[in-house]
Amino acid sequence: MSTATIEHAPAGHGAHTEPTGLWSWITTVDHKRIAIMYFLAATFFFFVGGVEALLIRIQLWNPEQAIFSAELYNQLFTMHGTTMVFLVAMPMAVAFFNYVVPLQIGARDVAFPRLNALSFWIFLFGGIYINLGWFIGAAPHASWVGYATLTSNAYSPGFNTDFWFIGLSIIGIASIAGGVNFITTIVNMRAPGMKMMRMPLFTWMTFVTSFLLITAIPVIAVALIFLGFDRTFGSVFFDPSMGGDPVLWQHLFWIFGHPEVYILILPSFGVISDVIPTFSKKPLFGYPIVVYAGILIGFIGWGVWSHHMFTTGLGPIADSFFVAATMIIAIPTGVKIFNWIATMWGGTIRFTTAMLFCVGLLVVFTVGGLSGIMHAAAPITLQQHDSYFVVAHFHYVIVGGAMMGLWAGLYYWFPKVTGRLLNETLGKWHFWTTMVGFNLTFFPMHFSGLYGMPRRIYTYSADLNVDLFNQLATIGAFIFGVSALIMVWNLWHSARKGEKAGANPWEAATLEWSIPSPPHHYNFPELPVVRSREPLWNDGEREEVLAATMLEPETEPVMPVPSYWPILLALSITVAWGLVMTGIWWVIVLGIIPVFFCTLMWAFQPAFPEGH
Amino acid sequence: MRVFPTWKSAVTPRLRASVAGFLPVLLLVLLAGCAGEYPQSTIDPQTDFAEIIHGLYVSVFWWTMLILAIVWVALTVTLLRYRAKPGDGKPKQIRGHMGLEIGWTVGPALIVVAIAIPTIQAVFATQRPISEDALVVEVTGHRFWWEFHYPEQGVTTANELWLPVDRAITLRLGASDVIHSFWVPMLGGKRDLNPTVTVREGDEPKFNYLYFTPRETGLYLGQCAEFCGESHAFMAMRVKVVTDAEFEGWTEGWFASRGAAIPAAPAVGGGPTEEAAQEAQEAGVALQAAAPASSVDLDPLAVQGRDIFLNQATCGACHAVNGTAAQGRLGPDLTQFGLRTSLASGIMENTPENLAAWITDPWRFKAGANMPGTQYAMDSRIVSGTPFAWPATGLDDEQVRAVAAYLLSLK
Repeated sequence: MSTATIEHAPAGHGAHTEPTGLWSWITTVDHKRIAIMYFLAATFFFFVGGVEALLIRIQLWNPEQAIFSAELYNQLFTMHGTTMVFLVAMPMAVAFFNYVVPLQIGARDVAFPRLNALSFWIFLFGGIYINLGWFIGAAPHASWVGYATLTSNAYSPGFNTDFWFIGLSIIGIASIAGGVNFITTIVNMRAPGMKMMRMPLFTWMTFVTSFLLITAIPVIAVALIFLGFDRTFGSVFFDPSMGGDPVLWQHLFWIFGHPEVYILILPSFGVISDVIPTFSKKPLFGYPIVVYAGILIGFIGWGVWSHHMFTTGLGPIADSFFVAATMIIAIPTGVKIFNWIATMWGGTIRFTTAMLFCVGLLVVFTVGGLSGIMHAAAPITLQQHDSYFVVAHFHYVIVGGAMMGLWAGLYYWFPKVTGRLLNETLGKWHFWTTMVGFNLTFFPMHFSGLYGMPRRIYTYSADLNVDLFNQLATIGAFIFGVSALIMVWNLWHSARKGEKAGANPWEAATLEWSIPSPPHHYNFPELPVVRSREPLWNDGEREEVLAATMLEPETEPVMPVPSYWPILLALSITVAWGLVMTGIWWVIVLGIIPVFFCTLMWAFQPAFPEGH
Repeated sequence: MRVFPTWKSAVTPRLRASVAGFLPVLLLVLLAGCAGEYPQSTIDPQTDFAEIIHGLYVSVFWWTMLILAIVWVALTVTLLRYRAKPGDGKPKQIRGHMGLEIGWTVGPALIVVAIAIPTIQAVFATQRPISEDALVVEVTGHRFWWEFHYPEQGVTTANELWLPVDRAITLRLGASDVIHSFWVPMLGGKRDLNPTVTVREGDEPKFNYLYFTPRETGLYLGQCAEFCGESHAFMAMRVKVVTDAEFEGWTEGWFASRGAAIPAAPAVGGGPTEEAAQEAQEAGVALQAAAPASSVDLDPLAVQGRDIFLNQATCGACHAVNGTAAQGRLGPDLTQFGLRTSLASGIMENTPENLAAWITDPWRFKAGANMPGTQYAMDSRIVSGTPFAWPATGLDDEQVRAVAAYLLSLK
């Protein structure tokens, strides 16, 4: 179409104004650099969680096998779940929020750039903190849901659970701050003419997800603080011997936990809602319906938490309510799937790796969604709950839904970030090894679950006759592991030697593709004026968009100054929380002092250079 | 980090699957899914409760298969038909179609209603008592074993639940420490055992209930389905569904055990508490003076074992054997132990060798078990939230064999 026009535009100018070097990354408040750091950190944790998964699969290769002790195995699966949810899937999505949203709405940065840096550093330190337990042989061991009373001092003596509740509390701060930041950014910083109903779907889903973050994370924060008080100061929120109630923990955890599922999945739905139209050369089918469906999922997601508790014994009335609510949420999800297929219908579909991952998502996520309908039927859950069937189900949803979409986004936006395309041959290897490895790992788990294998068991009886399914899963897990290595090799290789991308290699429609790849640190020389949902596809408006986004500015826009206070504040918050472990009140109080100090210093440092 | 040796089992190792590729593997999975014996299968219902669940599962399964087929076929046709071909122009820019949107909202909504109605009926049908005169069993989950108390009969047993066939059963579920979950798939769905015996005095314990009627005699396998700590994997159980006559015989045998003439007082609450721990310690002391309760014919090794069990190792501080001075309530009740097919909550066959190995070194099989070995104390492990230690038994191999012989003689 008109890629040629764009490639004539000056690329890489303005680089001289952007500082380089390690210190510039530590002090950066640029949303693009923060996004890259989020992505790298999440990828690192992806490998940590992945190795944990492979060790789990090795232990389960044969029945009645004891390669690891039960205690070590419990630590492995607890940290696998905690890591993959809180340190991989969430920050990976946040990496995309950070890089893409300001570009898609025609903004120069997020609303609170320094807060954004703080979010990243808190997430990173919190993630490291949770993992510190490994070094003293006391990693968290009470499963990622941490049900009371197993997390009490009586049944979890030692530091294991302390690392868990403190680490998660710290990370929660990052999520809440991030949510506030993106809501403010999306509401206030859209380019002229970018009405809400002209926003790209990825931005829309970021918006919905951000609301879920700022409303759901505080609930688990409350639960974790209750737990912290129980463990550290002897309160009895979850202790039945003193009038507390262990089921309270389940409610709090899942009131957070179910919206969390949509925190994981909606960003991915956003990604593919942008990628599918691009590679079908058609606008998204039923744009308003897809938007409303996303919002509806966000709302109903709040009313379904007790479907995680059908075996808890809440009684038939409560069970029936949550059966109905859970089944209703299947409808908007189904509507989205049909709209994506309808977007492809009648288009010209290019099977790039990004598009393959979208198709992969539609294929496997549907399986996970449908086994979810089985679980919505409470009596069926009485059999399948806490069995490997459920393990299969939520991996189909989280890997098949959330991660597949994020990988699609990775192949789609990588050229924007680096200026180079990811290698398509390696990409296709990545995709197919992922599909084979993923399905071989998790499909057999449906059977081991149906044949009565509970989850979270360190070994299983040979009597169950489920060895074959476990061995297939182990083989699949290693193939899946290979796919991750291919991905990293592709990233490493293509970032240096990949084909040059140009501004709009995919002939996509949204604003981020109107500026050079990689973008200037200030993104847009002048703010573009938006007149439709697909500004770059509307030929009548092309020239005007280009004028606003590609031309050299007379004077460079003034950007916020770098600051080392975010990293110091994040560090002091982590240390202050960590000192809670001591249980000594004055140590804890002393630990708060640096937090106040860093906050003050932050406040006194101007946001913009002198004179602006 | 302590590494435990392989868990013992009577079952021979199975053939390993050879894998030649993805599709053959899937086929293999499907074939394997239809063949073989699965003693803990969720899709082989043997009670009314399990049948309601299975019926619902089958109907929902076919609904989901229908939806899956629609989505996959639509997707495949779209991808094949509209893949980019050389010379393709710009496709027609269609932005939506209200009729279609309404169609694929209403269609799934109808399916959802079709699933939800039988689901909610099943929810109510499975959560009410089947009959007024159901046999009640109070199940208490402990880390990491099961206690079964029959209040009507006054019988207490552990890890192997006896149930009469064709009689309505009500299981009252509670736990002494953390949350467990009772799951014997062929008898029906699972239900959590929330901590009940540790509730504050005056508070109402929140018991859960399971209701079912076993249809076939036989041995059913189950295990704890809610992660309960270190040896969660080893908290299995067996359920013996027997004829009425066998069940009667079993309860009578429980009282006749070792010549006891009167039923022991039913255990109140069914589980250990702090007071129980103290009582147990006192009982341990009292046992030293207690004379053997009866003198039924035993082989000499078993007689020696009884003496060690009651007097030397004071096993009765935690374990009860009806008709003897051993009345501890912290560990499994061992009355009629010789009738049990399995050991240590369903993880081993009940053979003299396995039993001796267990008594010698319980942690070898079940890390975190609240039981001392011959060489190590109970390590101040936690019993019901109360730190509680018990010294090593100090028995030699011969003495362990004697105790095992005694326990296996209890029938």
